[in-house]
Amino acid sequence: MAVAVAPLPAQSTSLAADLAGISGRRRTKNYVMTSLMAGAVLVVGFVLILVLVTIGVKGWSIVSGAFPEWFSKDIQLAPRRPGPGMKAAIVGTCIITFTATLIAVPLGISGAIYLNEYGRTRLFARILRFLANVMAGVPSIVMGLFIYVFWVVPRGVDGLNGFSGALALACLMLPIVVRSSEEMLRLVPQNLRDASYALGGSTSRTTLRVVLPKAAPGIISGCLLAIARAAGETAPLIFTIGAAKATNWSVFGGTNTTLSMQIYGNAKESFVTAQQRAWGAALTLIALAFLFTVCARLLSARLARTR
Amino acid sequence: MNTAPADVADLRPRRQILDRIFRGSTLGAGALILIVLALITYTITNKSLPVVRSEGVKFFTDRHWVPANGVFGALSFIYGTAVTALIAVAISVPVSIGIALFTTQVAPTWLKKWLVSLTDLVAVVPSVVFGLWGIIFLAPKLVGFYKMVSGWFHGWPVLGDIFGKASAGRTFMTAGLILSVMITPIITSIAREVIETCPQTDRDGALALGATRWEMITGAVLPHSMGGIVGAIMLGLGRAMGETIAVALVIGSSPTITANLFSSGDSLPSVIAFQWGEATGIKRSALIAMGLTLFILTIIVNLSATAVVGRATRRVQGA
Repeated sequence: MAVAVAPLPAQSTSLAADLAGISGRRRTKNYVMTSLMAGAVLVVGFVLILVLVTIGVKGWSIVSGAFPEWFSKDIQLAPRRPGPGMKAAIVGTCIITFTATLIAVPLGISGAIYLNEYGRTRLFARILRFLANVMAGVPSIVMGLFIYVFWVVPRGVDGLNGFSGALALACLMLPIVVRSSEEMLRLVPQNLRDASYALGGSTSRTTLRVVLPKAAPGIISGCLLAIARAAGETAPLIFTIGAAKATNWSVFGGTNTTLSMQIYGNAKESFVTAQQRAWGAALTLIALAFLFTVCARLLSARLARTR
Repeated sequence: MNTAPADVADLRPRRQILDRIFRGSTLGAGALILIVLALITYTITNKSLPVVRSEGVKFFTDRHWVPANGVFGALSFIYGTAVTALIAVAISVPVSIGIALFTTQVAPTWLKKWLVSLTDLVAVVPSVVFGLWGIIFLAPKLVGFYKMVSGWFHGWPVLGDIFGKASAGRTFMTAGLILSVMITPIITSIAREVIETCPQTDRDGALALGATRWEMITGAVLPHSMGGIVGAIMLGLGRAMGETIAVALVIGSSPTITANLFSSGDSLPSVIAFQWGEATGIKRSALIAMGLTLFILTIIVNLSATAVVGRATRRVQGA
């Protein structure tokens, strides 16, 4: 012990001597490059803060200026007229994202269970893993076109509803949930499984009672991140949910709208009133997305503690 | 007591059946990925056929897009997609690698956590929010800057064309700038993971030989992680190509092929989103065919990226 500790002070003085010996040019280069790296961090931090502050300030003035009505009234029909209300979009975002979650999360976790508990290194599992990567790279607008062609067109005008949008979002979430859940299942120690098998547990019982509970916090935090991403998606909804300004609590009956669609639609308008509405919707959406991210963070922190 | 073994025997077939059902349903859920991808390819190709039949190869080589006269050429949109994605990558790569290196090689442990959160936060901001910020806040402020830059390079041989006449805020350049912010978290997080696999012994060895930190990075860390970083860049490129809403809002939506980055243009995903509402019949087919083109392009880019990353990790593990 003492032997290991003793050289430390000597080392630090010799290090200082070394640095003094480095030629000025090398030292300057090291200094400049380190500063550039720090500069890269500052640039991105600055842009992020600029975006958030702009949205915070502009969004807050409209949301707080119309406080109760913003959450309780439907959307103004004429873009150029002032008037608060984003309830329809808030409701739409929540129910469409919720429906997408109901579809994608159970399927995604099941798929991950197949890959990690049954398929493992089999050819089919390797192919599926590869395809999950491919699917994760499919642009969201292509998913929207796919659901439009595959699901909306055969149903005609009735096809434009919240459920179609949820299907498109679920297609986007599926590969993300599969990949993150498989990662979490892989982290579960093999001897837990072996212990369950030794007690006579079947694979299904072992997975449901031992592996899943152990991996649950990580899986949940991965799913929440996927949900946060889906809640902010716009492109796939353009083709699938139609357009609405009144609150529609039904996913199957009639067209719907979301916060992201309202931001997109209003940002294109040249009226200041419409742009204000877009800022307000952006603040509301970001607040929702951050809420989910914070939950994800807390859960992964809990996961790290229990380990 | 006597009944216990009999009970177990009775349970076994039922349990086995339950196990089979469970296994089958997880397999089905996994296979869904295969099914959905196959369906995407089939349905989108199928709906693209009308325009591909009527236009042929011209669809990909014609720069003219006049739906009213039945002229459907996607070339200017393909060009816009490529240009904006390349601008985004060119800006984002040095920044992302800088952040990844700073996080892994320079920052103290307590700061690391915050730096990772910083890039994750950028990834959480929805693309439509970046688009809104770009169109209302950023684009009007950039016009003056573009005019200044274009004034500097006026009359220069190549740069004079690239940084040509500037009149609007919604341009290829603005779209590229917004995209560069959006792909930074992707490139940064993959680059960070790859860089972290660099063995401590390699880094210690470089430092022990008297290298400065920067020399250690260029001599030990970067050569080790180059393959993975290239893969990260290509994944970022794929994401930039497929990004729709932010680009649709800031690119200006006028199909153009020009070297001038300060000119308005259009891209594949942007035109699909923008013109979908008014499109019917063959125009819809043309827009879906553009979606197919985008699908194929992003798959090629992403597959190459996966291959590059895979080869890099295999080499690292083998070493």
